[in-house]
Amino acid sequence: MLRFLLLFSRQGKLRLQKWFTPVTEREKKKVIREMTLMVLARPPRSCNFLHWRDLKIVYKRYASLYFCCGLEDQDNELLTLEVLHRYVELLDKYFGNVCELDIIFNFEKAYFILDEFLMGGEILETSKTAVGIAMEEAETLQEVTPPPPPPPLTHTHGHLSLTHLPKYVNMFSVLFTDNGGVYE
Amino acid sequence: MPAVSKGDGMRGLAVFISDIRNCKSKEAEIKRINKELANIRSKFKGDKALDGYSKKKYVCKLLFIFLLGHDIDFGHMEAVNLLSSNKYTEKQIGYLFISVLVNSNSELIRLINNAIKNDLSSRNPTFMCLALHCIANVGSREMAEAFAGEIPRILVAGDTMDSVKQSAALCLLRLYKASPDLVLMGEWTSRVVHLLNDQHMGVVTAAISLITCLSSKNPDEFKTCVSLAVSRLSRIVSSASTDLQDYTYYFVPAPWLSCKLLRLLQCYPPPEDGAVKGRLVECLETILNKAQEPPKSKKVQHSNAKNAILFEAISLIIHYDSEPNLLVRACNQLGQFLQHRETNLRYLALESMCTLASSEFSHEAVKTHIETVINALKTERDVSVRQRAADLLYAMCDRSNAKQIVAEMLSYLETADYSIREEMVLKVAILAEKYAVDYSWYVDTILNLIRIAGDYVSEEVWYRVIQIVINRDDVQGYAAKTVFEALQAPACHENMVKVGGYILGEFGNLIAGDPRSSPLVQFNLLHSKFHLCSVPTRALLLSAYIKFINLFPETKATIQEVLRSDSQIRNSDVELQQRAVEYLKLSSIASTDVLATVLEEMPPFPERESSILAKLKKKKGPGAVSVELEDGKERGELNGGGDRGGDAAIAASNASTPSPSADLLGLRSTAPASGATPSAGSLLVDVFSEAGPSATSAGVNDDGFLRFVCKNNGVLFENQLLQIGIKSEYRQNLGRMYLFYGNKTSVQFVSFNTTVSCPGELFRSTKTVEPLVEGGAQVQQVINIECLTDFIDAPLLNIKFRYGGALQNISLKLPVTINKFFQPTEMAAADFFQRWKQLSQPQQEAQKIFKASHGMDTEVLKAKLLGLGTALLENVDPNPENYVCAGVIQTKAQQVGCLLRLEPNAQAQMYRLTLRSSKDTVSQRVCDLLAEQF
Repeated sequence: MLRFLLLFSRQGKLRLQKWFTPVTEREKKKVIREMTLMVLARPPRSCNFLHWRDLKIVYKRYASLYFCCGLEDQDNELLTLEVLHRYVELLDKYFGNVCELDIIFNFEKAYFILDEFLMGGEILETSKTAVGIAMEEAETLQEVTPPPPPPPLTHTHGHLSLTHLPKYVNMFSVLFTDNGGVYE
Repeated sequence: MPAVSKGDGMRGLAVFISDIRNCKSKEAEIKRINKELANIRSKFKGDKALDGYSKKKYVCKLLFIFLLGHDIDFGHMEAVNLLSSNKYTEKQIGYLFISVLVNSNSELIRLINNAIKNDLSSRNPTFMCLALHCIANVGSREMAEAFAGEIPRILVAGDTMDSVKQSAALCLLRLYKASPDLVLMGEWTSRVVHLLNDQHMGVVTAAISLITCLSSKNPDEFKTCVSLAVSRLSRIVSSASTDLQDYTYYFVPAPWLSCKLLRLLQCYPPPEDGAVKGRLVECLETILNKAQEPPKSKKVQHSNAKNAILFEAISLIIHYDSEPNLLVRACNQLGQFLQHRETNLRYLALESMCTLASSEFSHEAVKTHIETVINALKTERDVSVRQRAADLLYAMCDRSNAKQIVAEMLSYLETADYSIREEMVLKVAILAEKYAVDYSWYVDTILNLIRIAGDYVSEEVWYRVIQIVINRDDVQGYAAKTVFEALQAPACHENMVKVGGYILGEFGNLIAGDPRSSPLVQFNLLHSKFHLCSVPTRALLLSAYIKFINLFPETKATIQEVLRSDSQIRNSDVELQQRAVEYLKLSSIASTDVLATVLEEMPPFPERESSILAKLKKKKGPGAVSVELEDGKERGELNGGGDRGGDAAIAASNASTPSPSADLLGLRSTAPASGATPSAGSLLVDVFSEAGPSATSAGVNDDGFLRFVCKNNGVLFENQLLQIGIKSEYRQNLGRMYLFYGNKTSVQFVSFNTTVSCPGELFRSTKTVEPLVEGGAQVQQVINIECLTDFIDAPLLNIKFRYGGALQNISLKLPVTINKFFQPTEMAAADFFQRWKQLSQPQQEAQKIFKASHGMDTEVLKAKLLGLGTALLENVDPNPENYVCAGVIQTKAQQVGCLLRLEPNAQAQMYRLTLRSSKDTVSQRVCDLLAEQF
C-alpha cells in the first residue's frame, strides 16, 4: 500500500499531501523536507526508484510538478509509476490540460479526484471512466443547488490572469510527446 | 485557461490564494493569513447566520491555510456542520476538512460519527462513499468502534451499489490495519472471499486488497481464495487486450488486478490441487512468454504495466522456489533486463536477482551474470542503481567467485559515493572473511580496505582482523610483514597505525630476523606515526612499546627514553601520562620473568558470529537479527560486565582506576586474561559490543538515583546531548518503567543501544530501542521489572551511541529501590504497637540519627513519606510531632512487613529514624535509603 503521496514543484513548494497512515504533523514536515531535498537533488534521467528508511520511494516529474510516493516493501514499483500516471490522467480529464496552477487554485478538487482513485493507500478504482463518472455525479449533484456564480477572475487581479501563464507548461502536452524519460 | 471549476468556484478562495501567491516574503504571507484568519473568525462568531456557501468557502480557506503549514485552531465545528448539509459540495468540503485536520476532541468525534452514521444509512451512494472515505482517512479507534460492525454488512449486502462496495472493502481494510481486534470477519469470511468472483472488475480490484491483508494474517480461514484467484488470473491472462474495456490499461488487461492476484498467491505455498497448480503454472508461463512478444504500444505506460505483472510473477516464482524450470526462465528474463536501456528495469532486475540468488535452483544461473553486474557497478550513472548492483554482487558471492567480487568491490570503493562507502566496507570485510581459504588474502584485503577507505572502516572491522590474526598462527608472520610494509607508506591511515601497532606489538618478533625490519626499525617506524595520531591510538602505541621492551630487550633503552621524555611523562592527557609513568616503572622495576608474564602473547579469542555481520544486519534494518544480537549483549553484561577480562594482566598493574580510554588496546574485555584460565562465562562476552574507546562517559549517578526514592517520575539524566526522562509505576512485586531518551541536538544519534543489567534479585524484560534517534526526537523504552526477593543493588542502565562519529557511553543506576514494592498498610495504634513489639530482635531494627539537610517542613515530610510507598498512620505516636508509617514489601519470594518511625527534632535540626521489619536486610536498606531523603 502507499504510505503517502506528495506533489511538489521544482522549487520545492508542496502542492498536495496525502497520508494514508496516521503520521504526526512533526513527522509529516520531516518527510516532506527529506523527500523534496532527496528527489530534487536527483540528476535528470535517473531511475525513478529509491530506498529510503524502510520504504520504497517512487517519483516522477510531470512538467513543473514532481509526484512522489512512499510504498511498502512488497509493493510493485513499476505499477506505482502507473498509479501516478493514472492520477495525472484523471486530473487532466477533469481539468482539461491540467497544469500546476489548476492544482494550486483547485486543491480541493485534486483531493477529491484522488479520493475517487485511491483509498487507504490502495487502488479503489482503476477505470478512468468510472472515476470520471463519480466526479461528474458529484458535479451534477451540486448543480441542483447552484451557488452564486463567481465573477470572472481576471478582474480581481490584473496581473494574475489565469489565462496567461507561459511559465507553466501543461503537464500533458509534455507527457504525450514522447515515450519515457523526456519529462526530465 | 483550463476548464476549471465547473460551476462551484469559490471566488473568495481564488482571490485569497492569489493574494498568498503574490506575497513577496514569508512575513507578508503570515500577515495576509492572519488578516484572513481574523476575518473568518469574525464571520464565524458574528450573529448573522452564515449560509452554506459561505461556510464552505471559509472552511475551505482554513483548510488551505492549514495545508500551507500553519496551525488552525478553530473552524472544526463549522466543518462538522457542513457534514449534515444536503448539498453535496458542502458535505464534501466538510468531510475533506475533517479528514485532513483530525481532531481527537471526543465531543467532536461523536458529532462526526453521527453525521457519518446518517450518511451511511442514507442509501445515497455518493453520500455513503463520502462517509466511508472519511472513516478510511481518519481510521481512528473511535471510528472503528462505531463502524467496524456495520461496514462488512454494507460490503456483502446484495443491494449495495458497486462503487459503495469498493469503498466499503478498502475502508474495512483500513480499519482492520488500525484496529484488527475490532474487525471480526468470522461470518463474513466466505462471502468476502467470493468477491473475487464479482462481475465488476472494480469491485474485485478493491476487494482483493482486503482479502490479501486478511489472508496474510489468517491464511487458513481464507485459503479457498487460492483457487478463485488462480482462475480469475487465468481468465485475465488469456483475455485479449481489449476484452476488459476500461480495465485495460495501455493494451495491458487489468494490470492492477493481475499484480494483486499474484501478490495474494504469495501468501500461500504452491497449490496442492494438481489442476489448480497446472493452471497457475500455465499462467506464469504465459506471462513469461508475453515478455518476449513485441510490444503492442511504444508508450512507456504499456511496458511498465506489462513488466509490473512480469516482476510480480517472478516474485511468486521465487516465493514458491520449487519449479526449477520457471526459476531459470525468470533468471534469464532478469538477465535480459540487466542490459535494458530503461534504467528503471535495470534497477528492478538487480533488486529481484538478489532474492533469486539465495535459491539453490537459480544461484548458479544468477552467477552467470557476474560480468554484467560488475559492469553495472562501474558504469551506472545513478547511485541508487549502483547500490543495487553492489547488493547483488554481495548476494551472488560464493567461494568460486569471492576473489573476483572482492577485488571489484575494492576497486569500486576508490570512487564509490560517500553515502554507500561504509556499507561497502562492511560487505567487503564480511566476504573476505567468509570466503577466505588462505588467510594471507584476507589480511591483504582488509589492509587494502583500510588503505582505500580508512575513514569508513569502523572499529568492528579492524578489531576483527586482529582477532583473526591472533587466532590463526599460520598468518601471523605474514600479517606482521604486511603491516610493516603498509606502514612505510608516507601517508597512512590512523586505522592502519592501530592495526600495525597491535600486530607488531604481538608478532613483531616474527619478522625481526630480517635486518630491514629489525626491532629498532620497527619501533622507529611506529614511533614516526605517533605524533600524528589521536589519543586512543597513542595509548595503543604506548602499549605496543612496552610489549617491544619484552620482546626485544635491545630496544629497552630507546623506548625508556621515549617514555621518559616530557611529552610523554608530562603529557596533559591523563591517560597517556599514566601509561608512560606506569610502563616506565614496569620496565625498570619488574624482572624479565614478571615482564614476560604480564606481557605474554594474547590468547586466542573465542569464536562466534562476526560482529561485522551483526553490524551490517543492523544497518539493513531491525529484525530478528538485532534481537539475537541484543541477547548476546545481555549475556555479556551478566557474565562479564563488571570485570575487565582483556588486558587484565596489564590492567592489573594499573593500580589506579582506569579512565574510559584506559583499556590499553581498545580491546577491553575482549580476551581472557593472558595466563589466566578463561572462565566459561567470559567466553560469552560479546567482544565488540563492549569494546572500544569511548569518547565520553558519565559516572554512575548516585545523586540522580537518590532523588527518585520517594518519587516515580522526572528527569533522570541530562547532559548537552541527551536527556533521559523516567516514568514508572509499581503494583505489588511488579513494576514498569518508561524511559524517554530525548536527543537534544539536531544531529541523529546512530548505533543507539541500551542495555539493562539487573542484580539477580530482580527480573526484568526490556524492549530494544531503534538504533537511530533523529535530531530533536524522543524515543521510548519500556522495562518490566519483577522483584524476586529483597535487594540492595539497583539495575544499571548502559547507553551507547555515536554522535558525530564519537562513541558516547553513559552508565546510570536505574532508580529501582526496594521501597518501590511497598503496599501501604493502614492500622490502628494498638495494632501498630503490638507488631512493633513483635519485631524486637536487635537485627530486625535499623536506626539512624542524622542532621536535616533540607528544611523540616511538615507537608514536605509527609509527601516524602507517602512517596516512600508506606501508609502514614495518624494518631499513633503519642508525640504528634513524630511520624509513623507501615507497609508490606511485596517480593515474589516473600512479603516483608515494615514499620517506620521518624522523630524530628526541630531545635537541633536532627532526625532519628527507626525501621523495624521481619527481615534485617530490608530494615537496613530502607533505613539507608530514607536517611538520604531529609
